[in-house]
Amino acid sequence: MDSLQKNGLITEELNVYYGTNHAVKDINLTFPKHTVSALIGPSGCGKSTYLRSLNRMNDLVEGTRVTGKIWFEGHDINDQGEDLQQLRRRIGMVWQKPNPFFKSVYENVAFAPRYHGMKNLDEIVESCLRKAALWDEVKDRLKDSALALSGGQQQRLCIARTLALGPSVLLLDEPTSALDPISTAKIEELMFDLKKDYTIIMVTHNMQQAARISDQTAFFLLGELIEVDQTKRLFTNPKQKKTEDYITGRFG
Amino acid sequence: MRQRNWRTEGFGRGITLFCAAILILITLSIVYFIASKGLSTFFLNGVSLTEFLTGTTWNPDADPGKFGALPFIMGSFLVTVGAALLAAPLGIGAAIFMVEIQPGWGQKILQPVVELLVGIPSVVYGFVGLSVIVPFLRNNVGGLGFSLLAGILVLTVMILPTVTSLSTDAIRRVPRDLKEASLALGATRWQTIWKIIILRSSLPGLLMAIIMGMARAFGEALAVQMVIGNTPLVPKSLLEPANTLTSAITLNMGNTIAGSAYNNALWSMGLLLLLMTFVFILLIRYVGRKGQM
Repeated sequence: MDSLQKNGLITEELNVYYGTNHAVKDINLTFPKHTVSALIGPSGCGKSTYLRSLNRMNDLVEGTRVTGKIWFEGHDINDQGEDLQQLRRRIGMVWQKPNPFFKSVYENVAFAPRYHGMKNLDEIVESCLRKAALWDEVKDRLKDSALALSGGQQQRLCIARTLALGPSVLLLDEPTSALDPISTAKIEELMFDLKKDYTIIMVTHNMQQAARISDQTAFFLLGELIEVDQTKRLFTNPKQKKTEDYITGRFG
Repeated sequence: MRQRNWRTEGFGRGITLFCAAILILITLSIVYFIASKGLSTFFLNGVSLTEFLTGTTWNPDADPGKFGALPFIMGSFLVTVGAALLAAPLGIGAAIFMVEIQPGWGQKILQPVVELLVGIPSVVYGFVGLSVIVPFLRNNVGGLGFSLLAGILVLTVMILPTVTSLSTDAIRRVPRDLKEASLALGATRWQTIWKIIILRSSLPGLLMAIIMGMARAFGEALAVQMVIGNTPLVPKSLLEPANTLTSAITLNMGNTIAGSAYNNALWSMGLLLLLMTFVFILLIRYVGRKGQM
C-alpha cells in the first residue's frame, strides 16, 4: 500500500486483446508520481494500445478485452464496476493530432467543467490556459474559434482542456508528432512544468524527445515490455540487446 | 507520339465539354421556357402579381378570372414545413441510432429499410395514403380524411429516407478523435452525442439533410395530390382539405388551352416552384459553406 501512495499508477500483468490478436502482453509497469515516463518502440508495438487502456479508452473499441490490474488511487480501475466518467476526470488524455472541439477557445476549456457542474468557469479557464502556457497568446481571443489557432496552440489548448478537470495523471499519445519544431519545444518545456503537479505518461516515436524530457523510459516491442529503466541509464547503458539495437537505430 | 497524345487529349476534352454544354443548354432553356410562359400571365394576360401571390380566390374560368394562388402557395409551404417538422426528429434520431448507439445490427437492419423507402414509387405512397391514412383520419380523427394532415403524413414517410441517410452521413463525418476527446474528458455517451456530434460538428450536415428533405417535399406532386383533397382554399385546420402548387399544375394542365390565361397561370405556379428550388439550392450552398469553416 505504501508503494501505491508514492506511485501515480501501477499496472500488473496487463494484457490487451483485439479479437484474437494479443496486442499487449503481461505488462508490469510503475509510474511514480510527478515524473514523466516515456513509452518508446516501433510502430505497432502496442505502446499506444497500452496507453489507451490506462483510462479505459479501449472499452470503446468493439472486440477489445483488457485483463490484469491497473492500480490507481488505491483501487483497481480495470474493474467492471469502475465509474468511467469519474475515472476520466482523474486521468486525462491528449492525442497525437490536436483535436479541439469546433467551439471557441473559452468553450473548449469550459466544456468538461460545465457539465461536471463546476463553478467559477472564468477562473478555471484562465488558470488552465496559464498552466498550459497559452494564456498570453489567447487571452484577447477567447471567443474566437479554436480552429483559428495554430497547430501548436491547438495542442496546448487540448492540454488545457484536459487540465480543467483537475486530473492527477496525464496520458499523452505522441503529442508533438504533428507539430513543428518550435511548437514541439514549447510542449516539451510545458511537460517540465506540468510534472510538478501531474504524473505524465507519454508515448513517443522520437527517441531524442524521450531522452530530453522523461525520467523513466519503457521500451516496447511486439506487445512486450523489453526493458524499463531510468531514462539516462536506458539510453546510455541498455541491458537488453534488442533495446540497444533499437536506440542505436538498427531497426524500427 | 506527342501529336497522338494531343489528339486523344483533345478528343476526351471535346466529348466532356459537349456533355457539359448540353446539360447547361437544357437547364437554361427550361428556365427560359418556364419564365417566359410564367411571366406572360402578368405581362400578356394582365393578372396582377399581388393578386396572384396574395389573393385567395382561384377561379380562372370566371369572367373576369380570379387568379389568387395563395391557397396553393400556403398548401405547398404547410405540407413541406409539416413534413420537415415530423421527419427531422425521426430521421436524425434513427441516424444517431444507426451510427452511434447500435452500429452493428442497427445499421444492418436500418440501412436496407431506408434504401427500400427511397425506391418505392411515389404513386404507391399515394395509394397507401389513400387507402390507409385517409380512412383512418376520417374514422378516428374527424373530417373527410382528405386533408392537409394526410398530405403531411405521406410526405413525412417519403422524405424520411432522404433525411435519415443524409443525417447518417453527417454524423459519420464527425472525426472519431472528437468523440474520443469528449469521452476522455469524462462526458457520458449521451452528452458526447448531444454536445459534440449534434450541436457542433454535424449541425450543418443535419440542416442540409432537412433542407434536402424539404426540397423533395416541396416538389412532390402525385402522392400529395392523392390524399390532400385538392380544394383551392387556405386550410383553417390540419384536418381540412387543401391544395399545393404541384398538384394544381398536374390536375389542371390537361384541361386548359395553351396560351390561355389559365394555362399561363399554371406556368406561373411552375415558375414559383422553380424559384423556390433556387432558394433551396442557395440555402444548401450557404449551409454547406458554413460547414466547411
